[in-house]
Amino acid sequence: MPERIGARTLRLDAVVTGGAAVGGKTEAEGPLGRQLDAVYPEADAGEKSWEKAESTLHADALTRAIAKAGLTPQQIDLHFGGDLLDQCIGTSFAARPLGMPLVGLYGACSTMALALAMAALAVDCGAAQAAAASTSSHFCAAEKQFRMPLEYGGQRTPTAQWTATAAGAAVLRKQGRGPHVRAISIGRICDYGVKDANNMGAAMAPAACDTIAAFLHDTGTQPADYDCILTGDLGAVGSTLLLQLAQKEAGLALASVHRDCGLLLYDLKTQTKVGAGGSGC
Amino acid sequence: MAVSGKEYERMMQASSPPTWLLRNLLCAFVSGGAVCALGEGLGMLYAALGAAQETRRLLVPCSLILLSALLTALGVYDKLAAVAGAGLLVPITGFANAVVSPAMEFSSEGRILGTGAQMFRIAGPVLAYGTAAAALYGVLYELIVR
Repeated sequence: MPERIGARTLRLDAVVTGGAAVGGKTEAEGPLGRQLDAVYPEADAGEKSWEKAESTLHADALTRAIAKAGLTPQQIDLHFGGDLLDQCIGTSFAARPLGMPLVGLYGACSTMALALAMAALAVDCGAAQAAAASTSSHFCAAEKQFRMPLEYGGQRTPTAQWTATAAGAAVLRKQGRGPHVRAISIGRICDYGVKDANNMGAAMAPAACDTIAAFLHDTGTQPADYDCILTGDLGAVGSTLLLQLAQKEAGLALASVHRDCGLLLYDLKTQTKVGAGGSGC
Repeated sequence: MAVSGKEYERMMQASSPPTWLLRNLLCAFVSGGAVCALGEGLGMLYAALGAAQETRRLLVPCSLILLSALLTALGVYDKLAAVAGAGLLVPITGFANAVVSPAMEFSSEGRILGTGAQMFRIAGPVLAYGTAAAALYGVLYELIVR
């Protein structure tokens, strides 16, 4: 059963018994490209809209993860999934043919971590024998919904990040082989007054710092106890700010263990179009 | 100790790479000038073909609009504008691109609610306030000048 330790953290135990990730062309050309289970070279993935393309990637990652866990969709008791499109259509259209009970999440860049946390909770407290966690994002769909049309002639600022065309999914169970989820801390909204919509890393860094500090405090651990402390998509600017904030606000030296997925996904030197790093759900 | 909003603002500015001001200004100057030169060139061409001045004043902007719309549709305009910046944004070419690009982007949502409803999502404010300003100045002109 989950046990509350400290003010912000829940101690529990769940195992990720299967996982899959699929991505687009830019992601495949990045340093993690060979780790992808499937690559979609065309941005439309053979579909008529960017939204449908995102759904296709989402469904692919989800079915692959369930298969790699050695299960069928019928054996998944709860599915926690989300994306950033209106009404989570990336997720709901992906989940439509699979028939799993779906809990839709809208956590923006934190969606995958949130889904993993919820799935781990469900599995650990016995609410589900097996739970799935999934998310997706698509560069073109995100630009269309939140920024400008693709053919619009605007300039990207140096702090702008590149929304990943990718989807990821995991299956969690109480027992099995795979990485464990041992404890979770849910983040708070930390608004430091950043108004630049093209500097998302700077807007998110304070919340990342707050969550990491709470987790380390509640679990009684130090940064050096970990091989890696990963953030989702702070990018180059947000990562720099996180390290400074952690030092100033919590006295934590994260530099040696901190990695950011948005910086791992692309090679900022050769893939210059991605700007300050990747972003995604 | 919590970092204050002002201090964070300073930290943010220090870690955010600045825009390339000089390069952007130069690119905008050259490309904006090139668009104007193209307009002049077209004007001279139409004059040589025998078009009257009134007709040329209509033909030149229409030609530039058509050209930007075509380049937008071919997927070239955004690549040019990424370098040219304000040099392509400020002239009438930018306006054409701002209408055609959402029209293309939202075509997947249908002719009416997609292309029709969304094509002015960027240019809409310019049209609304431009028309309002024109009406206002018209009234002022009537009352004061005449």
